[in-house]
Amino acid sequence: MSILINKDTKLIVQGITGGQGQFHTSQMIEYGTKVVGGVTPGKGGMEILGVPVFDTVKEAKEKTGANTSVIYVPAAFAADGIIEAIDAELDLVVCITEGIPVLDMMRVKNYLVGKKTRLIGPNCPGLISPGECKVGILPARIHQKGHIGVISRSGTLTYEAVDQLTKSGLGQSTAVGIGGDPIKGTGFIDVLKMFKDDPETYAVVMIGEIGGSGEEDAAEWIRDNMKDKPVAAFISGRTAPAGKRMGHAGAIISGGKGTAAGKVAMLESCGVKVAPTPDRIGETLIEAIKEAGIYEKCLNK
Amino acid sequence: MKIHEYQAKELFAKFGVATQQGYVATTKEQAKEYAAKLSSSMYVVKAQAHCGGRGKAGGVKLARTLDEVEAAASKILGMRIVNKQTGAEGKLVRKVLVTDAVNIKKEFYLSLAVDNENASVVIIASGAGGTEIEEIAASQPELIVKQLVSTTMGLRDYEARYVADKIGIRKENVKEFILMLKNMYRLFVEKDCSLVEINPLVETEEGKLIAIDGKVNFDDNALFRHPDILELRDVDEENPKEYEAAKHDLNYVSLDGSIGCMVNGAGLAMATMDIIHAFGGEPANFLDVGGTATTERVTAAFKLLSDASVRAILVNIFGGIVKCDVIAEGIVIAAKEVGLNVPLIVRLDGTNVEKGKQILKDSGLKIYAEGDLRSAARKAVEMAK
Repeated sequence: MSILINKDTKLIVQGITGGQGQFHTSQMIEYGTKVVGGVTPGKGGMEILGVPVFDTVKEAKEKTGANTSVIYVPAAFAADGIIEAIDAELDLVVCITEGIPVLDMMRVKNYLVGKKTRLIGPNCPGLISPGECKVGILPARIHQKGHIGVISRSGTLTYEAVDQLTKSGLGQSTAVGIGGDPIKGTGFIDVLKMFKDDPETYAVVMIGEIGGSGEEDAAEWIRDNMKDKPVAAFISGRTAPAGKRMGHAGAIISGGKGTAAGKVAMLESCGVKVAPTPDRIGETLIEAIKEAGIYEKCLNK
Repeated sequence: MKIHEYQAKELFAKFGVATQQGYVATTKEQAKEYAAKLSSSMYVVKAQAHCGGRGKAGGVKLARTLDEVEAAASKILGMRIVNKQTGAEGKLVRKVLVTDAVNIKKEFYLSLAVDNENASVVIIASGAGGTEIEEIAASQPELIVKQLVSTTMGLRDYEARYVADKIGIRKENVKEFILMLKNMYRLFVEKDCSLVEINPLVETEEGKLIAIDGKVNFDDNALFRHPDILELRDVDEENPKEYEAAKHDLNYVSLDGSIGCMVNGAGLAMATMDIIHAFGGEPANFLDVGGTATTERVTAAFKLLSDASVRAILVNIFGGIVKCDVIAEGIVIAAKEVGLNVPLIVRLDGTNVEKGKQILKDSGLKIYAEGDLRSAARKAVEMAK
């Protein structure tokens, strides 16, 4: 099993005719994801990569039975794309676009309240349930089906972690990049809950970074709820200077809050093993699952 | 993006937020000439630079006569403000603002900012305004009032009234205060601000509310829809390398070390800095080439790394949206253009990795190709010694 996406996921691609949209659509199709349609306003009726293009998300959903959408449209139009997908009542919307204005995301976040749609991102790499379905831009080759859940605020650091796991013989149930923006659809705890309830996920790797308090909140939640599933973590930005924004809009230490040291201390006090450097994420998870006595069970045969 | 106080006050005036009359000058003669236009008998001359702590550094002076204005401007122009905010090199003052002096009865703090956790705008206010506001926020947080504002509903009168009541605005000024706060909010939303701050907001002896200092920051991601705001950018106030990087859509932060880093993704870029530190090295910068790297941008990024203080360059790319062959092409073009005279360590993985490795191999450049993050970081630290 997996969380959020699987072999039955029917995906539409918003922004399918753009360069990024096209490239990653072909990669997703190659991986086996069921891409059933694309949306580009004004280009309805054409076909691209063997996939029908529609003018609106609503029409695409009606004609294809899609339940999930991935968004590759430019930042200026991305909020509109998300809201259109929410109004079309898709189950899951994954927004890859980076650089969406904060006020736009505020409106989106408030609009999501009470709606059936779950939003992952924006500014995220998407997610993958290895062997079943990939939605987003993650490099498929490094993933392997298995029992470790991965959740991360950073795209490329997710790949780093997954690569280490796969090379250690530890496959993944689902890897989810939740995105580096401070206002996002889905947080650590939302995904942790799903991993807790997923019988095929035996342990979790969580990757955080400086800024905000998502990791601290997650640490407390793990302490209270994840007794049967070990969690290993890594926090990037231990050496980042305060007051400087480190690329991600959310990655800034301000007013002494959101430091890596604070997050690491909180996680450790809640029983989460934290990798000291990014090259040791896999090793740290292995320590955690060995201690829990489930190393053999997690290994890919 | 940051702007100067005088620019913030121009925006205040445009949006109906009361502030003093004032002029910005770049010479002491100009300062004197402009002061003569003011209707006041007392003047304030203020350093204009993108940093706080100007008053404490001697960058704000009171003047009684036009000659005193000239003398004050002469002292302030060309001074360097050095404090925690500016770093060791400090900020050179190139402009002064000359305004009327105001008879201050009481000082308030009033600002609008983004509350990420609640996906709202937040009003932060205090009856204890002035230069010590940060200390007060730390030691007496009960003196700071916070009020969330839903961007769906907009700022309601009652919310503004609630803030007025909590910080002790006089009854006679409440209507004026509500209007001022609503106008600040309109500025915040219409111009995609990340901060609109008045400190202090002053109740004058004559019983009026006036913003005598102003700070407005903007969301960089929204500048594309505000060409008027982009025009307010003062390039002189920015780190030249960071400015150059921004022109190419690169996320770059200057640091003090000797290992130049080029990485894709902010998280991996920070993690790369962390591992360099762990192995005993010092990164010269943070550089995220972003998700849509073109050969031109990679070339620009590589040029940014060619600096006298850089003794080795570490490229760490794990491609998802970024394609390794694009990165490799950029590296080869830039290295040939700039002339590579320090060791170059490259770790490539992910999308199109084989193509990328081949391009580097065929280039004839001397490159240390490493298979994983640990060995690449170790090599870079060793080569930079």
